[in-house]
Amino acid sequence: MASIVLKDIVKKYGDGFPAVKGVSLDIADGEFVILVGPSGCGKSTLLRMIVGLEDITSGDLEIGGKRVNEKAPRDRHLAMVFQNYALYPHLTVYENIAFPLRLTKGQFSQEEIDRKVNLAADTLELRDHLERKPANLSGGQRQRVAMGRAIVREAEAFLFDEPLSNLDAKLRGQMRTEIARMQRRLGTTTVYVTHDQTEALTLGDRVAVLKKGELQQVASPRGLYEQPANLFVAGFIGSPPMNFLPGEVDGGTMRLPFAEVPIDGPLRERIGDRKLVIVGLRPEHVEDAALLEGEKIAGGVRFDAEIDVTEWLGSELYAYIPFDTHPDVAAKLEELDRDLDGEGMRTQVIVALSSESDVRDGDEAQLWFDPARLMVFDPETGENLTRDEEAVARIEEENEADRKAALERAQAREKRIAERKEQREAGRASGGGERAAS
Amino acid sequence: MTGLSTKQRVWWGVITVLVLVYALFPVAAVAATSFKRPSELNSGTFLPPNPTWGNYEQILVGDAQGLFLSALRNSVGISLIATAIAVVLATLAAYAIARLDFPGKRVVLTTALGVSIFPIISLVTPLFNVWRSIGLYDTWAGLIIPYLSLTLPISIWTLSAFFRQIPWELEQAAQVDGATSWQAFRKAIVPLAAPGVFTTALIAFFIAWNDFVYGISLTSTEAARPVPAALAFFTGASQFEEPTGSISAAAVVVTVPVVVLVLLFQRQIVSGLTQGAVKG
Repeated sequence: MASIVLKDIVKKYGDGFPAVKGVSLDIADGEFVILVGPSGCGKSTLLRMIVGLEDITSGDLEIGGKRVNEKAPRDRHLAMVFQNYALYPHLTVYENIAFPLRLTKGQFSQEEIDRKVNLAADTLELRDHLERKPANLSGGQRQRVAMGRAIVREAEAFLFDEPLSNLDAKLRGQMRTEIARMQRRLGTTTVYVTHDQTEALTLGDRVAVLKKGELQQVASPRGLYEQPANLFVAGFIGSPPMNFLPGEVDGGTMRLPFAEVPIDGPLRERIGDRKLVIVGLRPEHVEDAALLEGEKIAGGVRFDAEIDVTEWLGSELYAYIPFDTHPDVAAKLEELDRDLDGEGMRTQVIVALSSESDVRDGDEAQLWFDPARLMVFDPETGENLTRDEEAVARIEEENEADRKAALERAQAREKRIAERKEQREAGRASGGGERAAS
Repeated sequence: MTGLSTKQRVWWGVITVLVLVYALFPVAAVAATSFKRPSELNSGTFLPPNPTWGNYEQILVGDAQGLFLSALRNSVGISLIATAIAVVLATLAAYAIARLDFPGKRVVLTTALGVSIFPIISLVTPLFNVWRSIGLYDTWAGLIIPYLSLTLPISIWTLSAFFRQIPWELEQAAQVDGATSWQAFRKAIVPLAAPGVFTTALIAFFIAWNDFVYGISLTSTEAARPVPAALAFFTGASQFEEPTGSISAAAVVVTVPVVVLVLLFQRQIVSGLTQGAVKG
């Protein structure tokens, strides 16, 4: 197990295309870091540079404190799970898992290999499939074999390249928790690439958001959600995505397409003399005014909106409200949408209401939100003007403490299970002895 | 083939038998003829009335021995060498075509195809003249070179199609797992490429083994004449006797290696090994 340090890593392809533009990232020993971003952001390239399948154009890569830029993949002692699993089709599941051990000529005896493979197979519930060929396995089973091959190595770090993208939704959820559990138990440094923000938020101790080869923000999932550094991160994290509205500033108030919001205090100061800002409003921060108590309503802003379409999901209700955007920010928002792999569709606000709400298609409804939860972005740079550095520091501190506690707990539990197993075996041995004596 | 109804199974059986009879009847007829005496050739029966090994004796130890055994030696030698060269060259070419991006990739493939469109018969006369003037006429090399022009194009095409299906990511996976480049190639790629190479080698061998036109035109003596050509020089015991019996016997003898090869490499020929390495 080791830490991984990236210093100003640059990747330029032969044709001069810069895939990664100077990424620096410290990954602590035992940490689970996610690289996330829309397609073409350089996340997979970055991972392949860490594992050594892609040359590093410039910058330093250190694993366990040693510079490994020029080392061959085999000398970096990392284990990788590929997107399409990359199992050896001519070998059985057993031999697939044993493959890395067999390559270390003579370092492991047959019994040791047997023990390690069986241990991995037990962990991943592959015991019944050891003699089968990969072609006869289901997607989830293949995925687990690929993980088994990574575990037996006892590698310095695990690298995952979109490992769940070939699985169906239900299995993806199960494997996600399986990966999280495995990582906590083994406490191995892990770098995980995905384009799926749900995976990023649920799995990562820290998440690095990339856009076009540049690092946008590295923070805990909560940090990204509550205190995004810029427009891109705010739009990328969260599902359904954050709504972006033009906000016209006029003294102490800000005019949104369907409501006026008072601004004061530090935010007023940071907006300065900007006349136009981009306002971010998360769908889940809007509520149906008809369902709220009077006291809560008074603290927020109410507005009337014509609902275009609704989607009822059981746990919540999505309502879509079309609006006309301000021409000065339309270009910026369109560009953002393209960066986020969007289709540049109509401008609309999505709100996630309680499923008890009786708002229906075509209704005129009164909605409510708390202006304190609005985010305000600079329309030129995309910088988040509502970001609170103190809150950021607090969130990251709590997150780090949580991570360490979770690791310790998982390893303590592991130890307890092992001890109990030992006791049981010892008991069985002595019990057997007595029976033999009598 | 599970889940077939009885009716479907019967129909499949009937069709299979029909195809087998259609394909194998000529072979059976040749085999039956090879056991007939010269006097029985026109007996009109399918099975020989008095089976005899006489025809085999004649070609293997009798009068026609010199003609047949030397031809057999030539055929085996020339076909094997032509196959070996074709497979080695085609493997290298196909690897480059499947894995590397280089200018002129399409040109190589189209040229390979272009080489094989000319009818052999239109090439054989000029070749005859050239070979005679440069001393390749009636030598092994004089046959191996034209055979390469037949076997190489098809080998390159089949192998490059096959190599394109190999999940090359496995090589990288093996390197990450701790293999050297050579180990990764040998342990992850070779086992997957082997069936394709075997199949291609068999096809190439059969093409060389079955050739008649080059064999009869570019040779004149036992020094290089292959079996298909040699059969044309068989004669009966007398001027008035047809050599049909000995030709049939020789035909059976040259069919045997082909059948043996297919049986031996049946397992390697079965493809579908690569399925399941990657999803899709």
